[in-house]
Amino acid sequence: MRPAFSVIFLTTLIGAGQGLFLALFTAESYAAFDLLPAIAPGFLAAGSLLALLLLITGLGASFFHLGHPERAWRSAAQWRTSWLSREVIALPAFSAIVALYGLVHFSGANPTLGMLPSGAPIKVSAVLGSLGTLLAFLLFICTAMIYACLRFLREWHTPLTVINYTLLGGASGFTLAAALAAQLAPERTGFFAGWAVIITLMGLVGRGASLVRNRRLKPRSTLQTAIGIKHPRIVQKTQGAMGGSFNTREFFHGKSVFFLRRIQWIVVTCVFLVPAVLLAAGVWGSGIAVLAQAFAIQYLGLLAERWLFFAQANHPQNLYYQAVP
Amino acid sequence: MTQLALVIDLNVCVGCSACVTSCKEWNTSSAAGPLCDGNPYGAEPTGTFFNRVQTFEVGTYPATETVHFPKSCMHCEDPPCVPVCPTGASYKRKSDGIVLVDYDKCIGCKYCSWACPYGAREFDEAGKVMKKCTLCVDRIYDKGLPEKERKPACVRACPAGARLFGDVHDPDSEVSQAIREQGGYALMPEWGTQPANHYLPRRKTQLHIHEDELERSDNPLLIDSELPQPGTGEPSLDDVTSW
Amino acid sequence: MATTPLHDPLSNPSPDAAVEVKTTTCYMCACRCGIRVHLRDGEVRYIEGNPDHPLNQGVICAKGSSGIMKQYSPARLTQPLRRKAGAERGSGEFEPISWEEAFSLLSERLAKLRATDPKQFALFTGRDQMQALTGLFARQFGTPNYAAHGGFCSVNMAAGMIYTIGGSFWEFGGPDLDRARLFIMLGTAEDHHSNPLKIAISKFKRDGGRFVSINPVRTGYSAIADEWVPIRPGTDGALLLAVIHEILARGLYDRDFLVRYTNAGQLVNVEETNDEFGMFVRVEVPEEEACYDPQDKLWWDRNSNRPVVTHQEGCDPFLLGEFRLKDGTRVKPSFQLLQDRVAEYTPEWAAGVTGIPAETIRRLAHEMGVTARDQKIELPIAWTDSWGVEHDTVTGNPVAFHAMRGLAAHSNGFHTIRALGILMTLLGTIDRPGGFRHKVPFPRPIPPCARPPNNPGAVKPNTPLDGLALGWPSDPDDLFVTDEGAPVRLDKAFSWEYPLSVHGLMHNAITNAWRGDPYPIDTLLLFMANMAWNSSMNTAEVRKMLCDKGENGEYKIPFLVVCDAFHSETTAFADLILPDTTYLERHDVMSILDRPISEFDGPVDAVRIPVVAPPPGCKPFQDVLIEIGSRIGLPAFVNKDGSRKYRDYPDFIVNFETEPGSGIGFLSGWRGKGGEKSMRGEPNPNQWEMYARNNCVHHYELPKSYQYMRNWNKGYLEWSKRKRITRYAEPILIHLYSEVLMRFRQAAQGKGLSRKPPAHLAKRVETFFDPLPFYYEPLEVQATDKQRYPLAAVTQRPMAMYHSWDSQNAWLRQIHAHNELYVNAQTARVNGIADGDWIWVESQWGKVRCIARHSEAVEPGTVWTWNAIGKAAGAWGLAPDANESRKGFLLNHLISEELPGGAGQGPLSNSDPITGQAAWYDVRVRIRKAEPGEEAVSSPQFEPMGAYPGMAEAPSGWLRFFAGGRK
Ligand SMILES: Nc1nc2c(c(=O)[nH]1)N[C@H]1C(S)=C(S)[C@@H](COP(=O)(O)OP(=O)(O)OC[C@H]3O[C@@H](n4cnc5c(=O)[nH]c(N)nc54)[C@H](O)[C@@H]3O)O[C@H]1N2
Ligand SMILES: Nc1nc2c(c(=O)[nH]1)N[C@H]1C(S)=C(S)[C@@H](COP(=O)(O)OP(=O)(O)OC[C@H]3O[C@@H](n4cnc5c(=O)[nH]c(N)nc54)[C@H](O)[C@@H]3O)O[C@H]1N2
Ligand code: SF4
Ligand code: SF4
Ligand code: SF4
Ligand code: SF4
Ligand code: SF4
Ligand SMILES: [Mo]
Repeated sequence: MRPAFSVIFLTTLIGAGQGLFLALFTAESYAAFDLLPAIAPGFLAAGSLLALLLLITGLGASFFHLGHPERAWRSAAQWRTSWLSREVIALPAFSAIVALYGLVHFSGANPTLGMLPSGAPIKVSAVLGSLGTLLAFLLFICTAMIYACLRFLREWHTPLTVINYTLLGGASGFTLAAALAAQLAPERTGFFAGWAVIITLMGLVGRGASLVRNRRLKPRSTLQTAIGIKHPRIVQKTQGAMGGSFNTREFFHGKSVFFLRRIQWIVVTCVFLVPAVLLAAGVWGSGIAVLAQAFAIQYLGLLAERWLFFAQANHPQNLYYQAVP
Repeated sequence: MTQLALVIDLNVCVGCSACVTSCKEWNTSSAAGPLCDGNPYGAEPTGTFFNRVQTFEVGTYPATETVHFPKSCMHCEDPPCVPVCPTGASYKRKSDGIVLVDYDKCIGCKYCSWACPYGAREFDEAGKVMKKCTLCVDRIYDKGLPEKERKPACVRACPAGARLFGDVHDPDSEVSQAIREQGGYALMPEWGTQPANHYLPRRKTQLHIHEDELERSDNPLLIDSELPQPGTGEPSLDDVTSW
Repeated sequence: MATTPLHDPLSNPSPDAAVEVKTTTCYMCACRCGIRVHLRDGEVRYIEGNPDHPLNQGVICAKGSSGIMKQYSPARLTQPLRRKAGAERGSGEFEPISWEEAFSLLSERLAKLRATDPKQFALFTGRDQMQALTGLFARQFGTPNYAAHGGFCSVNMAAGMIYTIGGSFWEFGGPDLDRARLFIMLGTAEDHHSNPLKIAISKFKRDGGRFVSINPVRTGYSAIADEWVPIRPGTDGALLLAVIHEILARGLYDRDFLVRYTNAGQLVNVEETNDEFGMFVRVEVPEEEACYDPQDKLWWDRNSNRPVVTHQEGCDPFLLGEFRLKDGTRVKPSFQLLQDRVAEYTPEWAAGVTGIPAETIRRLAHEMGVTARDQKIELPIAWTDSWGVEHDTVTGNPVAFHAMRGLAAHSNGFHTIRALGILMTLLGTIDRPGGFRHKVPFPRPIPPCARPPNNPGAVKPNTPLDGLALGWPSDPDDLFVTDEGAPVRLDKAFSWEYPLSVHGLMHNAITNAWRGDPYPIDTLLLFMANMAWNSSMNTAEVRKMLCDKGENGEYKIPFLVVCDAFHSETTAFADLILPDTTYLERHDVMSILDRPISEFDGPVDAVRIPVVAPPPGCKPFQDVLIEIGSRIGLPAFVNKDGSRKYRDYPDFIVNFETEPGSGIGFLSGWRGKGGEKSMRGEPNPNQWEMYARNNCVHHYELPKSYQYMRNWNKGYLEWSKRKRITRYAEPILIHLYSEVLMRFRQAAQGKGLSRKPPAHLAKRVETFFDPLPFYYEPLEVQATDKQRYPLAAVTQRPMAMYHSWDSQNAWLRQIHAHNELYVNAQTARVNGIADGDWIWVESQWGKVRCIARHSEAVEPGTVWTWNAIGKAAGAWGLAPDANESRKGFLLNHLISEELPGGAGQGPLSNSDPITGQAAWYDVRVRIRKAEPGEEAVSSPQFEPMGAYPGMAEAPSGWLRFFAGGRK
């Protein structure tokens, strides 16, 4: 597939936003269960604002993908069948919760709604946080399923897609949380950085698994099934449009195998290895500069990762367009 | 239930592309139009077409087959391009199985094209919406046309008559018969999309000649190899020797 | 969840628009299908095949369906243009002038030439289908220098067949695929008759017929053949002669047919010392009045064992053997001579020449012979033959052939095609069901009656040419030469160099004029021919010749007029450009006097009637000719008092008669005062309307009994004579043995009473004018070091493009934006060339750089590309960086228009030595990978052409054509 930059930005930005929110609420939950001291509401408010910004920027980027952005509202219509439609619903819903969550912490008005049987108070922020968590995961699923549901795109059509979208969004969000904490809640830096390392390494496993899987995939469609002729040697000579067509543009990345391999190493290095090292340093007390760098590198790495995600997906329609000049 | 479709006979398709441009011509000024053309007179000309003819070489010299292969939307019975569409712009008509795009709803997200394994959809870069073969829905129901002309433009144009049109659910239709009797097949069956369009394979006519057919009692050589007898008055050995 | 669509797919996008449907005839190519043009608010909305048209029966091709984009092409020329004073020719700098200026300029110049030396004016036309008018104009002007594209197109096909069977493929006849069981197609890619052929081939295949294609390349039609027989280019003669060898050896010929309908049994004088050697033996028979081909030849009767006049009741000739006439002269039936000829042409021999295994050749011969013999068709159609014998049925031997330029465009094509005609005859398939069938006006006598003028005196100031500029020589006395044997025509047609060049040699016109050999000319008028590009050989040099100046500083070709509708490469070299209308804007006729679109069952002619108005500055060339003809007083166009005779072209078409009162005009339909007559009749003032009301076509269906066996069908021949299609109603016996050719050979041998060739050409004429077909390597191949140039290079017609003129078409050019050279994958690998590499292709004459494509569908010794896709930068309204010029290339740069002549002799045309047919497909090349640092651009490149005044700017960005308004 040809990587679409609006979609690359959309998925990485909202992924980081979702991850950041999850990090915030994780910290709050730890506090709620007294596993950690309470965290400064100002930090949670700022974090929520940042997550919201990421979500809105992501949403904004997605509009560039549309031929008719003015009709974008129509895209919620088919939630019964379309993961894209579901994403279109989940994203604003999640954003709204994030906004409310931030508002609660910003305003400090966080009334108790009731008690758990254990006697722990149920705060509004906890309800919003849980709801947000649910929506964050739902959104990860929706976003990933947009790709994973396309059964012809075998590189995408795997649970690993959902897992990796979740893990990579989580990793970048926790990394960002660590960086933010280094500035606003230094005592939590290690907590976030620690989790970020863990999720990043899980991400490495997940993404690594998908890279290995991709390499082993045997295409189910062949030129033989594409044109229905059983012969081992079929070569396309013309594709009906010498100057190219939508089909020769949209589904090809146009880069060499060598280029792809290089990107793959950039991904491994920037998304996983370097951030993991920098984050580990954060666990042992490095400050904002190092962690901000970790996030920046990881995010750039994720852009490359998403590019690769598209580029590696081999669309069966390409069987009909093998004579690309 | 009706399922309209095209059946393309690779046995007679000569790859002339009449179906390509007649489709463009009809549809560019129809409800689906205009179908834009990019760099129409410059480098790398490109444009929106609903139907294209490709060429494949099968086998190695001298046992080579050259296959001309027209391809447009298959009007799948289980069209993966439809459920993925977030707006409902991509839809399949219940009444006749034609898969269409509602150009007024389409947001141009291109997602449906990712979901089509056949590369049958084309984004119209000027109209900014997704387009595809309409099975000439505006011709085939046009009461203003004489009955026999209510056929897709490509079908009417095809000089080789390689494009059949009809209801593949009606077992008595020309298309169903052709599929049944000539081994019609669908593309990429592995995805279960159940394309309504079918293709008819190449067929070969051979001639076997038996040795005894070459010699026959009415062989004209029997006449022509019989050369004239010399006249009895012509000189012969009889004139010069005696034993 | 399906909700109601917002956009109603059945809605009419412009419900209030005015719609109209008009019928006319397509001219996106020379096939000339009937079309219905739908207009919406006056704009072309849809062009569809006319279902009521006999030719295309409703179908249409890729080009025809793209007529809209031709109509709105930015390459349109919109006003007359004159080369700017001071601007160099070829620079493309023009200034607009009025039509009045153009007319007076041209008439003045032409009148002067006509009054002094009419030869100084040459008119050559390309893909023209109105030769009846252009030819008439030239003849009236008095110049011999007229020809259309035939010489560089397929004259070998026309001449080879017409001199053998009295008719031909091309537009004059074709395979009857409705009834054939076996169809052999040689060297055909797209053909002139392209839509009907596609209709027929697919029906044929569906009916279970067996289709064999003999072609070095497998594309298009060959793709769907049941068997592809790859052949080395230029060797079909060898294949066909070997097939004939096998057919004769196995006795698979149709004896009855040969005896009755051919000259197989006629006795030829084989007494070498005799002056009549090689000629048929004749007896005195009472000569009928105006008899064309008297029945005065002899058979050796098998029953009485003595010579008899042919076709006598109760007689049956020996076909084989040698006999002695009473006077001791040795004679042989021509069939025996044929057998002698093919004795050495064994399948094993042919295998070595053609690359086709001997078993395959034998098998093909058996398939042909056995199918012809064992699958006979009997149609219950009674007919009477020329000898008065009544037949209850018409018999058919269902083996059909078709061939085109793959045979024609070689310098041995004439003999190859003769061999094909003879093979078809041996199988008994001429004008019979399931075989070959003629189309009116054919069959014609062998050769047809029209003769070219035969002496320089035919050209006189202010006088029409004495004779037709193009005709059919039947012996050396018909050649158009001086007493010294030098050519009279600029292109040297009908000279001893190319005696039977019945369509002229357009491909040498520019070179000859430039060199002044045989003489320089003053004005060259090119109509519908792109001679500075794809229809010239040696294109780069020809472009230089057009701009070359003599010592006096004058252009060697002083005045060049180009009539074109578009911004072609050639227009850049014009001194005067006359902008034509398009086919949708003008009246035209597909005349019975020219190349009508006849069907097997009878004559068909057709017209074009404008469906849209032309741009105000464009004028139909027909009107231009009539205007100029009237101004300079050509007799056909003016009354006795010198006043103008015809208002315009439509008026001319209605009222012109070949001779006063002849009742023969350009159109055969709805003649007579009220339109009640066909073929002949007085002019009908409402003829155009009647054509318009009848799909623009007139189809005269012959009675069934006149539809077959027309060479010998008494009823048909008399009908044809009555309708003045032919002058004679004699039977047209097939020439297995060609006495016409023998007459030229005789002359070359110094025998007989007729003219003799100049000494330096005697050997050439003697060699090639063999009365029986023989195989020789194409002349260029003979003159090539085959070690250095091992590959044959040919072109093919792309189905979706017409020569050079469709690259301006926004839709069609997307299908063929550039061309590549297809090379057999193995050949490419051996040469170190990968798929998609830039390579150099070199011939003895030139080189081009292009992109190579591997292919498994081409014979290893052949490389090929699509014809005429490559363009000069900036031409055709395209951007200078358009793919056609940057990636596309023109093979013509590799082909020479001339070959070195013999010692002490000037160059000869690179053509068939008999017909002057351009030998496009003889060129030999070698290929090598381009050097690593080389530019990835095709070579040669030319200075980009600019737009001319009045040309619309090409839309850039997105073009969104939508006819008429949108709601
Ligand atoms: N679409 C389209 N139609 C056209 C035209 C066009 O430009 N475009 N042009 C029109 C014109 S002017 C003409 S003359 C006709 C020509 O019609 P065709 O004669 O059908 O056209 P060519 O492309 O010259 O085809 C020649 C074929 O002969 C093969 N060939 C070459 N050398 C040999 C040989 O030695 N032996 C054999 N057996 N085969 C050989 C080539 O591979 C090719 O397939 O087409 C007419 N129709
Ligand atoms: N290498 C190679 N060269 C070949 C051949 C080949 O097989 N190989 N084939 C040869 C053959 S068979 C042929 S017939 C020639 C064809 O060669 P040409 O006869 O030169 O044909 P075109 O290139 O189509 O050029 C015809 C011109 O007519 C113009 N034209 C189009 N429509 C109109 C109109 O309505 N009015 C006027 N006035 N002009 C119009 C076009 O713009 C174009 O400039 O090419 C020959 N050249
Ligand atoms: S029009 Fe018919 S023959 Fe031509 S490419 Fe299309 S399907 Fe094939
Ligand atoms: S071919 Fe593609 S666009 Fe057409 S119905 Fe099937 S999936 Fe949809
Ligand atoms: S491009 Fe249009 S039709 Fe396709 S999925 Fe998007 S909205 Fe639906
Ligand atoms: S059915 Fe109509 S829209 Fe579809 S390919 Fe044919 S002409 Fe085009
Ligand atoms: S074959 Fe020629 S005349 Fe017929 S529709 Fe096509 S372009 Fe027109
Ligand atoms: Mo031609």
